[in-house]
Order: sequence, then C-alpha cells, then structure tokens
Amino acid sequence: MPWIDAIAADDVEEEDVIRWDHDDKTYVIIRSPDDEFFCTAGLCTHEHVHLSDGMVMDHEIECPRHNGIFDYRTGKALRAPACEHLSTYETKKEGDRVFVNVP
Amino acid sequence: MSDAAQPHSEISSTRDYSLTGASSRQAEEVGLAAAEWYHSDVPRKTMKAMMKRRDGPALRDTAIWIALHILFAAGGIYFWGSWIAVPFWLAYGVMYGSASDSRWHECGHGTPFRTRWMNDVVYHIASFQLIRNPVNWRWSHARHHTDTLIVGRDPEIAWMHPINLFLKALAFVGFVDTWASFKTLARNSLGMLSDDEKIYIPETEWPKAAFWARVHLALFALTALAVLLMLANGMGWKSAIPILLIGGPRVYGCWHMVLTALLQHGGLPEDVTDHRLNSRTLYMNPISRWIYWNMNYHIEHHMFPMVPYYALPALHDEIKHDLPAPNTSIWDGYKEMMGAVMKQRRDPSHAVRKTLPPTAKPYNEFLHKHVPDRSDAG
Ligand code: FES
Repeated sequence: MPWIDAIAADDVEEEDVIRWDHDDKTYVIIRSPDDEFFCTAGLCTHEHVHLSDGMVMDHEIECPRHNGIFDYRTGKALRAPACEHLSTYETKKEGDRVFVNVP
Repeated sequence: MSDAAQPHSEISSTRDYSLTGASSRQAEEVGLAAAEWYHSDVPRKTMKAMMKRRDGPALRDTAIWIALHILFAAGGIYFWGSWIAVPFWLAYGVMYGSASDSRWHECGHGTPFRTRWMNDVVYHIASFQLIRNPVNWRWSHARHHTDTLIVGRDPEIAWMHPINLFLKALAFVGFVDTWASFKTLARNSLGMLSDDEKIYIPETEWPKAAFWARVHLALFALTALAVLLMLANGMGWKSAIPILLIGGPRVYGCWHMVLTALLQHGGLPEDVTDHRLNSRTLYMNPISRWIYWNMNYHIEHHMFPMVPYYALPALHDEIKHDLPAPNTSIWDGYKEMMGAVMKQRRDPSHAVRKTLPPTAKPYNEFLHKHVPDRSDAG
C-alpha cells in the first residue's frame, strides 16, 4: 500500500479534523490533543455524513448529524446511532508533512 | 403541481405520514430523503468553541432539577389534605412531566455533559418519566433530524394534516399520549415493533427496545403495587401519592412541554430542506427557557445539533443575521402559529413563510420545485 503525502501538519489544529480527498475517496485526518495524526474514512457509517464538520474531543470524533461517536484511533463506533465501525488508515509524520497509507 | 413533479403524478397527492406509504416513496424519489440541508456559515474556530462540552452547566442544572423534584414533592406530601399542597404538586408535575422532555432531548443528543455516562443516566431517567422507550425514541429522533418535517420520513411531526384541534388541546393534559405510550411499551415488551418502528430502528437494537420496555413496565407495576398496599393499609386518598409522584405527572405536568414543543415547527412548511423555513426560533421568559433548556433556539439546534444547550444563545448571536427574525415571546409565537394552523385546516398547503433579513442568504429551495403540490389534500 502506498504512502501518500496528504497534508501539511499545520493544516489542522490540535484536537481538530480536516477533510482529505484522494483517488475518488474521501477521508478525515485528525490531529489528537497529544499531537498525533490519525486517518479514518471520511463518511459516518450511519448516514454517510462527512465527519470533517464533526467535533474531536479527546480520542473521539462526533458526527455532526446525529452525534454518533467513534474512537478515531481504532474506528470503533462508541455511541448510537453510529453502530458500524469506521475504517482507519496508518499515518506518519515526516518533517511538516503527514503521510497516509491508503489502499 | 409543478412540471418537475409530473413524473410522480400517479402517486397520491394527499399526505401519508406513515413511514411505509406513498409519501415516503415520493420523498425518496424526489430526493427529499436524507437531503443536503442549508447551514449558515460559521467559522470553524467559532464553531469549535461553541461545540465544546463542559460538565459544569449541566451538573448545576441537573442538581437544581433534582432538588426541585424533592422540594416540591416534599411540600405536596407535607401539606397533603390542604389546598396548599396543590401548587406544590403542580410545580412537581412540571419538573417531572415537562422539564424531563428537554433533558431527554439534549441528553439523547449527548451534548449537555462532557462525561458520556452522565448524558446516558439523565437520558434514561427522563425517558422513564416521559414513558418513552429510550431505544425507539433515540432512533426516531435521529430520523427527525435527518428528515425534519418531510412527510413519510419524519416520525415526529406534531401537526399532522388534517389537524384535529380537539386532540391538540387535549395534549396539554397527557391522557391520550400516556395511554398510547403504555400501549407502545406493552407491545415492545412482547418484542413487537410497529412497521414504522421497524423502519427507523435497526434490527440489532430490537432486543434492547424490548428490554427497556420491560424495565419501564416493571417500575410502573411497582408503583401500582405501592398504591394497592397503601389502600390495603387504609390510607385512603393518600394512596394516590405514588401515582402523583411516578407516572401521573406525565398527565398533569406535561402542559409546558406541549406548550413549547408545538411551537417548534407548527404552522411552518413541510417538505423543505432549510430549517429556517420549517423551524421556529423565539425568545421566551427565563423560567420557560430553563425548563426547555434553550430549545427555543430551534433553528440553531437543527442546523447544528452538536452545540450544547448552554451555547445556543451564543450561536444565535453568531448566525441571527442569516435567520428570520425570532418571535418575540411564546404569545407572539402562538399568534403566528395558530393563525397559520387555522388557515391550514382549510388549505393544508398554506404555511408561514418568514422574510429573511437583507444580510441572509436566500432560502435553500432548489429541491422544492420537485415537491408535489398537496393543496387538494386534507
Ligand atoms: S450520520 Fe453520523 S451519526 Fe447519523
């Protein structure tokens, strides 16, 4: 799986999320409060709303439509109406760039 | 009927509020189901600050809410047999049968407390107070947010056409609703879901719906047992106390919930995809706002359901340039709503259409030209 140069680290604040589109697919890249980067599928598994308008709190991301919650480190759905887990993708930071390992 | 709607002319032009009927199919065909809704622009930084959760405000308000339950119930019991008890019971009823609705609502969204289990505990207590199956209503409310006032999609439309004003007036004392709620709990407790419930509750959640229905019914059975024991012990009228404390306030204390809930979308158009058109923001007195946990900012809540109740006034200030002017009071809201409702009884296609200020973006009406005219409905 190729590592893709996705965003500059400064594109997203700590404890926040940014949309990232690649190869006709949409993702979110999340910067945690402890300054780590994570990448998950961009659309909520409930009704496919984009998570980039959601809220990052600690290690969770909340969907903007019905407040479903996921652990963005594992993709685990934590709160209904989000019941199905999110796909997650490896990330790494090199210099001021964030790379994502996508299929 | 507009030209764009012609392909759907074989579908009934009357409203079918069930989630399995013609209106539901029609909504899906014209793109009204799970549509893209209008959102006012709010800078990300500002929105992040408004979405921030804190335990403090909700803990304070919940402590006051619980204390008022205890205080009013204690007064009602202490003054039992005297007229002085009446206002205590009436106030207790509002805490139990009305303030619970906004707690149910907000905690269902999971927004008031930062600590998730606190939202869940209050959600379950308030669900019990309202005789609402906590599973069913979590999912029906999610649907209400996806498809607000879309006929055949939204299971929580309060003003269905043709409007029955007698039933609406009766809702201020909750007999009909309470009876219907008990029937739903009984049905759910046997593992039976209605066709509509099966549409909006995923199958994996059905056992939970049955479980919670049984829990609620068991608690009500214990309450009834307490009444019987008190009667058997010759306590006479005092035996009504358990019912005045548990379950009964859903009848005698729900009037404030109904008063405010009817305003949320009443008299406003169905089948639109802009909450500025189908939801009502209004100013109201501080006591009602506390009972209602700021849900008078209803357009704001629907546009941005992640903003907790204590940040809604700030959100209102942030986007009011993009919203129609709020009604100035509950009375003002009722004047507007009831004027429209009386017209809707003759012409169901009538709806209040509020003027936007010059600073606002135009209404999001791209989809609306596809919506069939239902002016002959009723
Ligand atoms: S769309 Fe995400 S929780 Fe419903």
